Amino acid sequence: MNELTTVVDWSRLQFALTAIYHWLFVPLTLGLSVIVAIMESIYLKTKSEKWLRATKFWMTLFGINFAIGVATGLILEFEFGTNWSNYSWFVGDIFGAPLAIEGLLAFFMESTFVAVMFFGWKKVGPKFHLASTWLTAIGASISALWILVANAWMQYPVGMEFDPAQMRNVMDDFWALFSGIAVNKFFHAVFSGWALAGVFVIGVSSWFLFKKRNRDFAIRSIKVGAWFGLTGMLLTMYTGDGSAVEVTKHQPMKLAAMEGLYHGHEGQSLAAVAILNPDKDWNNDEDEYLFEIAIPHGLSILGRHDFNAFIPGIKDIINGVDINAEGDTINTVSYPERIEMGRKAQNALKLYGEAYAAGDSAAMASSLKELRENYRFFGYGYFDSVDEAIPPVGLTFTMFRVMVILGSYFLLFFIVVLILVYRTTIFEKAKWLQIIAMVSVPFMWICSQAGWAVAEVGRQPWTVQDLLPTKAAISAIPASSVIVTFWIFAALFTILLIAEVSIMVRQINKESKQNLEIDKA
Amino acid sequence: MNDSDTYSKGLAIQNKLKKIWLLYYDGFRNMTVGKTLWVIILLKLFVLFVVIRLIFFPDLLQRDYDNDRDRAEHVRQELTSR
Repeated sequence: MNELTTVVDWSRLQFALTAIYHWLFVPLTLGLSVIVAIMESIYLKTKSEKWLRATKFWMTLFGINFAIGVATGLILEFEFGTNWSNYSWFVGDIFGAPLAIEGLLAFFMESTFVAVMFFGWKKVGPKFHLASTWLTAIGASISALWILVANAWMQYPVGMEFDPAQMRNVMDDFWALFSGIAVNKFFHAVFSGWALAGVFVIGVSSWFLFKKRNRDFAIRSIKVGAWFGLTGMLLTMYTGDGSAVEVTKHQPMKLAAMEGLYHGHEGQSLAAVAILNPDKDWNNDEDEYLFEIAIPHGLSILGRHDFNAFIPGIKDIINGVDINAEGDTINTVSYPERIEMGRKAQNALKLYGEAYAAGDSAAMASSLKELRENYRFFGYGYFDSVDEAIPPVGLTFTMFRVMVILGSYFLLFFIVVLILVYRTTIFEKAKWLQIIAMVSVPFMWICSQAGWAVAEVGRQPWTVQDLLPTKAAISAIPASSVIVTFWIFAALFTILLIAEVSIMVRQINKESKQNLEIDKA
Repeated sequence: MNDSDTYSKGLAIQNKLKKIWLLYYDGFRNMTVGKTLWVIILLKLFVLFVVIRLIFFPDLLQRDYDNDRDRAEHVRQELTSR
């Protein structure tokens, strides 16, 4: 393994590690903030002390998660500047603008409204307090919006033009950043946070029931958690469907990897349960699966909402059979041709640089023309063979199934919980149900992380789709420095995670011994 | 606007600022679990910004080049020579 490959692999691993840890905190913040706001709204309407106690209990857990998770995302930005400096420069203000807006919004909204939310109970009026709680929740989601818009642009780069003098992509249409991919990604991520918070509230409340403490509080919280979680899960599925359609249009290779599909068909089935054939390659005739239970026409319906639509497989895409932005099947540029065009673009860029330094405007114009004609496949020029343009099929395929299977389980979970929680004696007596609810909590995080793995592993080898693969985006730094910082982060985040879990468990245990059911109303 | 109006306005702003200050001051003073959290937050920010940012994660292009033209030239070399 050469130095460049080692640096790329360790940098990717480091980014994955920090993103995974960051995403442990974020979805709970997104969901729990709304649950707290809902409970406080009920309190303000009913004036019942019970709801105030419930609001304050969940607000404390929100606060612990928020405090420990805050700023963990900054590490990702540090990595851009050091490990991915070519990428950072290349994406220019397109990535920088949303992140700057996010930073400002996060700082002002969170430092203002979180403070009022926690410190303002006796300092501001009840309506102003409630408004602050809602604005904290909305602020968290808006903060996520800008990050997800930036991420979506990397998957579907639009609204920019490459300036070879600046060596940057320059934004020429801000609103184009809010593409279908971005909108679906944002809502999908936020609603999955709602579902996750619902499972968390149900799991913690079930522990109260298990310990026979604060029964009414627990049942009340479970009802809110289950309704909220069910709403979140249904909306997650709806936006997930929207994401599948967008991926089919703009990232067909990712969809093919999610399915382990090499040869596409009209009316393409979906492999509901399958074992991938490890010997399968894009250019051999091995079967795709060792074992498969298929849903007939499933992938055509999922990807194009059409019973008989054609969905291309990996080999089709490499050979130039693709789906355009309108969803029509077309013959397009094959991967060998894209590699050729990418090389032409890179050579033109080099010549442009030489002409630019020499002040030769005629040479600049001709190389710019060549660059523009081939720029859309710029990144393919870095590949020695088409194999390098295929994402890791096994991991993408597996994570997609983990996400879907667990997501389906949680839909069922919320429905069962809702049915049983209104027959309070069943939920109260059924220890097995309480144990299932508690054990389910970490699986919701696994489901959420699996979704991100599909999105990010499935778009490999690209940092910016079709324009910049990881091997070009990486800085010329020694692998050893990335390895050292990888382990520093692993240690730092593990300490933070242990701190969060232990403080939270201690707080839950302490609060559960208080009477949360006093009602002075 | 006369001097008295200006004085009242100044006083009102002063009161508002005092209220905001007291919101944070009293809030931090009366924290229970929050004190442990603040120790964690401050330690974390110190490790992030002082140790990690300064020692391990410099912005390479900012550190190594004086102006955008040189940075662009470096990236051009990188992207056309791999």
